Amino acid sequence: MDAARSAPLPLIALVGNPNCGKTALFNILTGSRQKVANYAGVTVERKEGSHLTSSGRRIRVLDLPGAYSLDPLTPDEQITTDVLFGRRAGETAPDFVVCVTDATNLRQNLRLVLSLKRLGLPMVVALNMTDMARRKGIVIDADRLASELGVPVVETVGVKTHGVRELIQVLDVTPMPRRCGTTGSWQPLSAADIELDQSEVRRILGVVGGAGLDGVTFSDRLDALVLHPFLGPAILALILFLVFQAVFAWAQWPMDAIKLGVASFGDWLGAALPQSLLRGLLIDGILAGIGSVLVFLPQIIILFFFILILEDSGYLPRAAFLLDRVMGSVGLSGRAFIPLLSSFACAIPGIMATRTIQNPRDRLATIMIAPLMTCSARLPVYALIIGAFIPRRVVWGGLELQGVVLFALYIAGVAGAMAVAFVLKLTTGKSGGLQALMLELPAYHWPNLRNLGIGLWQRVEIFLSRVATIILALMVILWALSTFPAPPPGATGPAIQYSIAGHLGAWLAVLFKPIGFNWQISIALVPGLAAREVAVGALGTVYALSAGNDVSSALTPLIAQSWSLPTALSLLAWYVFAPQCLSTLATVKRETNSWRYPIIMAAYLFALAYLGSWITFRVATALA
Amino acid sequence: MVASQRSPVPPSVVAEIPLMELPPGASARVVSVSGADSEAPAGVGRRLAELGFLPGEAVRIVARGLLSGAPIAVRIGTGTFALRLFEAACIRVRPEQPQFR
Repeated sequence: MDAARSAPLPLIALVGNPNCGKTALFNILTGSRQKVANYAGVTVERKEGSHLTSSGRRIRVLDLPGAYSLDPLTPDEQITTDVLFGRRAGETAPDFVVCVTDATNLRQNLRLVLSLKRLGLPMVVALNMTDMARRKGIVIDADRLASELGVPVVETVGVKTHGVRELIQVLDVTPMPRRCGTTGSWQPLSAADIELDQSEVRRILGVVGGAGLDGVTFSDRLDALVLHPFLGPAILALILFLVFQAVFAWAQWPMDAIKLGVASFGDWLGAALPQSLLRGLLIDGILAGIGSVLVFLPQIIILFFFILILEDSGYLPRAAFLLDRVMGSVGLSGRAFIPLLSSFACAIPGIMATRTIQNPRDRLATIMIAPLMTCSARLPVYALIIGAFIPRRVVWGGLELQGVVLFALYIAGVAGAMAVAFVLKLTTGKSGGLQALMLELPAYHWPNLRNLGIGLWQRVEIFLSRVATIILALMVILWALSTFPAPPPGATGPAIQYSIAGHLGAWLAVLFKPIGFNWQISIALVPGLAAREVAVGALGTVYALSAGNDVSSALTPLIAQSWSLPTALSLLAWYVFAPQCLSTLATVKRETNSWRYPIIMAAYLFALAYLGSWITFRVATALA
Repeated sequence: MVASQRSPVPPSVVAEIPLMELPPGASARVVSVSGADSEAPAGVGRRLAELGFLPGEAVRIVARGLLSGAPIAVRIGTGTFALRLFEAACIRVRPEQPQFR
């Protein structure tokens, strides 16, 4: 970067063990809102921000993935050491290191401090989570620690804005001359070196306190229940079930409110505007499309509410523990669990999170099945069809049938993923050897309400900005394709049948007829490739144009009338498997550095989707 | 087996056992960590050491999985890690109190 070269700003890096709170400190120092959660491996990228000290000095701040040592084993650790050693293209080594440590776990964290000291970079040790340490009765003499280590030590509380005051002061007064070079040579530590370091750590802890309590902690008592061989899986099933029930049960009234709002706005607009092309674009194109997607915002918020709480509490790695046998039996690394779980939000961060997996074969297997996890963009499609075809009915002692069906669809995706992983194990498993787990189970803590609020708001922002940009644009294009050319004089059918989209749909319908899709569905699948939830908006627009009345609020009853149940089930099956997302394929290309895997992925997912839909449609038709 | 290797042991010292044989809840100290004599891929023993599984550190089994007892959740020092069996097989420990087996 030219700007950086002409006015070289000091570069500092946040380095430390996984899950010690680096990103929380980064967020405070730079005013960023990067994701924080209570498990190892949340940050898998190098993130940059800038910090302005009180004396007006600007510093570039790097947040790096957590590392257990400076001898990297996983792709995310590799990023950290590459940055530290100045091996990244176009970037020099940092001028100053903030080594972040978890004050409740110094016995583990101090070894990395000793390693970093050996690198010879100027550094400060941030004794983070001191509030939690104090609550656990761990008292650390920070001044004594500083003199034992020979580097400055500051106490920080990463979850509180004023918790980093001391660190900011240090950054303000420490001279950080630009070094503009690589770091001195690093000799990988032998097992004996690590043991020596640990005896030094024990000696230091003996002097400064903070050895930690060997007794049974609150987390241990909770783990006795949560990780119990019988109770544990039952608790996990209960939590998952509750989430899917809540997605339908709690969302009803806000969804009704949004529907009502969109409908009354449409009525008002319809009355205010004269019959014209513009009115058609606004009401049939934009409002019908966007309205039908917007309705699903409450369900997405509820889903993320639960995901964020599970992430922040420390439960996620426990779920990985409980399901590890299943993962192992299909040849997946135990570390695949968290990337796969992230894929329920969106496959893109999930695929990036596979950087925490050491073995390349295991990592690739996880990437290949990540899109089968039901991402949140599929929720509107599922919810629309379930709302139209599955009666709101209570079954088996208080369970809401719609929630049960939604749960089953998620399970279908997971089962598909496990089956694909098993096939991969049979074909490529031998080369990979045993798959690792070695997953840290962090201490539980109460979800931070501020984080929860920020996380939810970010989801709302992401959803609304998608609606306002890509979905809006596609709706306008789709409306134009569905409106022009105008029908010839004397035409009898709806105008859309004579348009470009109508013709396209008619061709596609031939391809999709064996699996029960009509031409309206076939059209909607095309823009759905850009973003899955667009398919719902596209159906809204297509039906608005073919039915001739406002469907922005009434898509559900319309498809309930015009589709058969086998068609609806077939479309659900399609969405469980189909690679309806170009950004995911682009991410796979970037992470694997090859076109090969996205192409294989798209091909196998399309084949699976077509097969799944065909079987579903045939079986449902035969039974009906 | 362990018995064959511990002929001249003072009676006060408890025999070392594989981590997997430690009963849940019982405390022990790590004796050795090595990936060399197990079926574990290269680097596992080293990574375990980096996670803190080092001679002299306190260990305790927090939980075990259903059926085969895998995976296991192990407290090491002040941290807890989930390990698969082949990973745990690299670790030998010495129980703190004598085990009556």
